[in-house]
Amino acid sequence: MADIRLEGVGHSYDGGRTWAVKPMTWTWRGSRAYALLGPSGCGKTTLLNIISGLIIPTVGRVFFDDRDVTGVPTAGRNIAQVFQFPVLYEEMSVYDNLAFPLRNRKYPAKEVDQRVRQVARLLSLEEHLGRRSRRLDAGRQQIVSLGRGLVRSQVAAVLLDEPLTVVDPALKWTLRSKLKEIHRDTGHTLVYVTHDQTEALTFADEVVVVNDGAIVQAGEPAELFLSPAHEFVGHFIGSPGMNMLPAEIVAGVVRIGPSEVGLAAADGVHAGRSDVEAADGLPAGPVRIGVRPEFVVIGGPRRSPGVAATVTGTDRMGAYDLVHTLVGEHPVLVKTEAGALHEPGSAAFLHFPAERTFLFRDQVRCGSLAPLDGRSTA
Amino acid sequence: MTLILDGVFVRRRGETWLDDVRLELSNGMTTLVGPMTAGKTTLMRVAAGLSPPDSGRVMVDGKDVTSISVRKRSVAFVYQQFINYPSLTVYENIASPLRLDPGFRRDGIDRRVREVAELMGLAALLGRRPAELSGGQQQRTAIARALARPVDVLLLDEPLANLDFKLREQLRADLKAMFADSSGVVLYATADPNEALTFAAPTVVLGEGRVQHIGDAAEMYARPPTLAVAATLSDPPLNLLPGVVRDGRIECLGAEFPAPRAHPSGRTVTLGVRPHQVRLERGGPGALEWPAEIRLAEVTGSATFLHLLLRDQVHLVAHLPGTRQFTPGGSAVAYVDPAHVLVFDEDGARLPATGAAEVDLHG
Amino acid sequence: MTEVGEEPRADLKRRNNRAWWLVLPVVVSVAFTAVIPLMTVVNFSVQDVFTPSDRIFVGLEWFRSITRDPEVRSAFVRTLLFSAQVLLLEIPLGVALAVCMPRRGVWVSVALVLVALPLLIPWNVVGTIWQIFARGDIGLGGWAVNHVPGVDFNYTLDSTDAWITVLVMDVWHWTPLVALLAYAGLRSIPEPYFQAAQIDAASAWATFRHIQLPRLRGVLTIAILLRFMDSFMIYTEPFVVTGGGPGNATSFLSILLSKIAVGQFDLGPAGAFSLLYFLFVQILCYVFFTVLTRSGR
Ligand SMILES: Nc1ncnc2c1ncn2[C@@H]1O[C@H](COP(=O)(O)OP(=O)(O)OP(=O)(O)O)[C@@H](O)[C@H]1O
Ligand SMILES: [Mg+2]
Repeated sequence: MADIRLEGVGHSYDGGRTWAVKPMTWTWRGSRAYALLGPSGCGKTTLLNIISGLIIPTVGRVFFDDRDVTGVPTAGRNIAQVFQFPVLYEEMSVYDNLAFPLRNRKYPAKEVDQRVRQVARLLSLEEHLGRRSRRLDAGRQQIVSLGRGLVRSQVAAVLLDEPLTVVDPALKWTLRSKLKEIHRDTGHTLVYVTHDQTEALTFADEVVVVNDGAIVQAGEPAELFLSPAHEFVGHFIGSPGMNMLPAEIVAGVVRIGPSEVGLAAADGVHAGRSDVEAADGLPAGPVRIGVRPEFVVIGGPRRSPGVAATVTGTDRMGAYDLVHTLVGEHPVLVKTEAGALHEPGSAAFLHFPAERTFLFRDQVRCGSLAPLDGRSTA
Repeated sequence: MTLILDGVFVRRRGETWLDDVRLELSNGMTTLVGPMTAGKTTLMRVAAGLSPPDSGRVMVDGKDVTSISVRKRSVAFVYQQFINYPSLTVYENIASPLRLDPGFRRDGIDRRVREVAELMGLAALLGRRPAELSGGQQQRTAIARALARPVDVLLLDEPLANLDFKLREQLRADLKAMFADSSGVVLYATADPNEALTFAAPTVVLGEGRVQHIGDAAEMYARPPTLAVAATLSDPPLNLLPGVVRDGRIECLGAEFPAPRAHPSGRTVTLGVRPHQVRLERGGPGALEWPAEIRLAEVTGSATFLHLLLRDQVHLVAHLPGTRQFTPGGSAVAYVDPAHVLVFDEDGARLPATGAAEVDLHG
Repeated sequence: MTEVGEEPRADLKRRNNRAWWLVLPVVVSVAFTAVIPLMTVVNFSVQDVFTPSDRIFVGLEWFRSITRDPEVRSAFVRTLLFSAQVLLLEIPLGVALAVCMPRRGVWVSVALVLVALPLLIPWNVVGTIWQIFARGDIGLGGWAVNHVPGVDFNYTLDSTDAWITVLVMDVWHWTPLVALLAYAGLRSIPEPYFQAAQIDAASAWATFRHIQLPRLRGVLTIAILLRFMDSFMIYTEPFVVTGGGPGNATSFLSILLSKIAVGQFDLGPAGAFSLLYFLFVQILCYVFFTVLTRSGR
């Protein structure tokens, strides 16, 4: 399977005034399953259309392995794409819809029949094969569209644009595991656009998070959750998102108001900027602390490092409790075992575990919290 | 304002799409939840007057409107497959229903359009045409148009399906607040149980064209009367295991526990186990235990979905908190507290525990 | 929701009733312009009128003689043939033109204006233009045909030439209408359908056949009805260009009718003729409409 390389690719719908996709260089590696995750309007569909050739990017070049396909029309790229909303050839039967991409490519009749039936079996469409496609309900229509994307055996990549949104949750789970099966069997390069994080995180080998036309982080699902490289990733992935708190670094120690919460350790990833800085922690000045509700420890001994907070309420969510607290005037959510007792109005003490608490400057992660080790500025 | 569906039947091509639907909706919001083929859209089309029922009546405020055309009724409808006017800007799309409403003056229209556009996060896009929007933005425009004009009956068919998670969470809260003091009937259809649970509005569970149950969503989740209701309100899907009753105990794949209430020996039952009730550590005494083969672990960071294969090729999904590493092919033991097992008889009715001792199945 | 929710409904109901009064003038004017003349025609068709005060009831006599009149029969066949040719030429041409028109950009309005131009010219002016244009001596078109391919072309003498002239004139005049209707239909097809066709490697023909044509059914039904009715009742243009000649070559039903009614003042036969004419157009339109909408289901 081909690697798909975007070199300096960007797209603007209004002649360069604003970028729907900001110029980026990025490679989709062959045979991998990617999830493209991001908020509505961030440029996901635009990015897919650039790959499939439905949009010629304003700047940059697109390569399939070493072949420059920037100017090659869609039909010449051998890409399968499923659109965000069901697109069907309405007057054709479901069977003919599925056969259409194969017949256009002059597959022999026997193979067409075999492939169509195989895909229909996989997607449980067998009993609907003879029906006119526009008679189906929206969910089924979307499944037929999905089938049209999967019916070809030889494709450079399969691009799926939110293929399961109008499908009900129970079926979604089944289809997702079937898709995964198909991916395992065929080894296609797969890019799966979704706004559903569970879907993205359970489906993909690698999740690519896009915000405002730019890739902010890519990595394995757990990595994005445990170690976000950007405030946006912290906020967007996880429910509820990451707690963000303003803080300050003073002589290498991170403080929230007067409380010390830990040492500031510069990030390995960003350490290349200056070894001196990396060794000494981060330069003094304001930072933002990010820590997920799952990792904040509430209660425990009232000692440094840590910060005092006021409990404002508790949501009982069934499987867990969500405790709302205020540190100064900044809300901090804490996820705890079900049944914890935290009276509204009571004082609490929060600890931020070192490896799971990160420091951000200009939205980008610059470091993380390290244990205080008795060192202190006070 | 009330909307009543009275014995509504819809049959198409030999299939029954709606089967004797009886509903009484009053002011404010009602959630309609059910899987894809339940007939939600058909029900809404009948309620709107877009397609006539084969039999039965639709009444608004006690008046039979079954044969009155949709144009003469005060209804708004957001389709699952939404439609915008392609040649109008977002602003004009939202304003169009207001222009037909004699209750709105010019400045009133402008104010209202900007208000709903703000709510839907479209304020910066008012000058664009639908073709120049992303999929989610188009969907939001359609919702905004339906919300703009106050109507007697507002029907929303999975309106948030195409929006991203964070936006959906926020809009759910906004819509809930907006509908709370509505003087019209709002019917909100969704296939997503979480949506029904967060709205915490009166909820109608629809399945196979029939009203399965009406009540409070959280209550139905905690104590589902039937298998259909339990399955509809579970995401991730409810695990279903086969069981059989013997001498007041239920046997299931080698494990057994006391039946929640007396049931004839030899009868088969279906056990429903919610994924988050499955543990890999032995909890209290008397926990059901099933040795299992690990098929697949899906890690989302905050949680891990573990797909297990039990005896007799029965599938079980466990929703475990946190990130955990598993090797596919390895073995594990699944533990479930019998108090959290839902037991359904052959007809799909739940066998609740006798007496008042029923635990809160939420936990 | 706000308090305006209740008010406008009550208001609407009252206005709905008042609206009936607004329809009254239309009813009256239709009565005067359509129903009463029609009844007069019915009245004429069953009487022999010598002078306005001197008439005899003749029953269905006129209907019988009209349907048997060889001149009427040949005009009927001629008109039917003409309509068939008009539809066969204009519908495909119009659709083809619409498909070729740009979907967006600055050229859209240019193309629209160019295509719509013939529609803006009054019927009789169209006739006059073509009467001159097709003349072999001073008309550019006629001259070009006579001299460039060297075909002998004279519509005032040769009946085939006259027929072709009238047909080409109609195609030139009315294909734009079909094109505009089809263009509007094509424009309403959402972009993702074309994108899907590209992904599925559909040829231009397959895209047309499976995406555009199915979505044109509605507008094409209308286009076919309009063009059939109009061409079946064509009068002004051939009257201006050929006057029905040479011989009877372009004497269509309407031209014959006016000859009988106005030229010979045979009001009885003309009345029967008109009624049959009217009925035939109605029935054929109904058949077209049902067939076209049925096949879409
Ligand atoms: N044809 C167009 N003309 C102008 N702007 C456009 C056009 N298509 C998209 N945009 C804009 O470009 C941005 C990116 O759009 P895109 O469709 O790629 O978003 P998306 O990530 O797919 O969002 P969604 O999840 O809502 O579908 C959006 O802000 C959108 O408004
Ligand atoms: Mg999109």
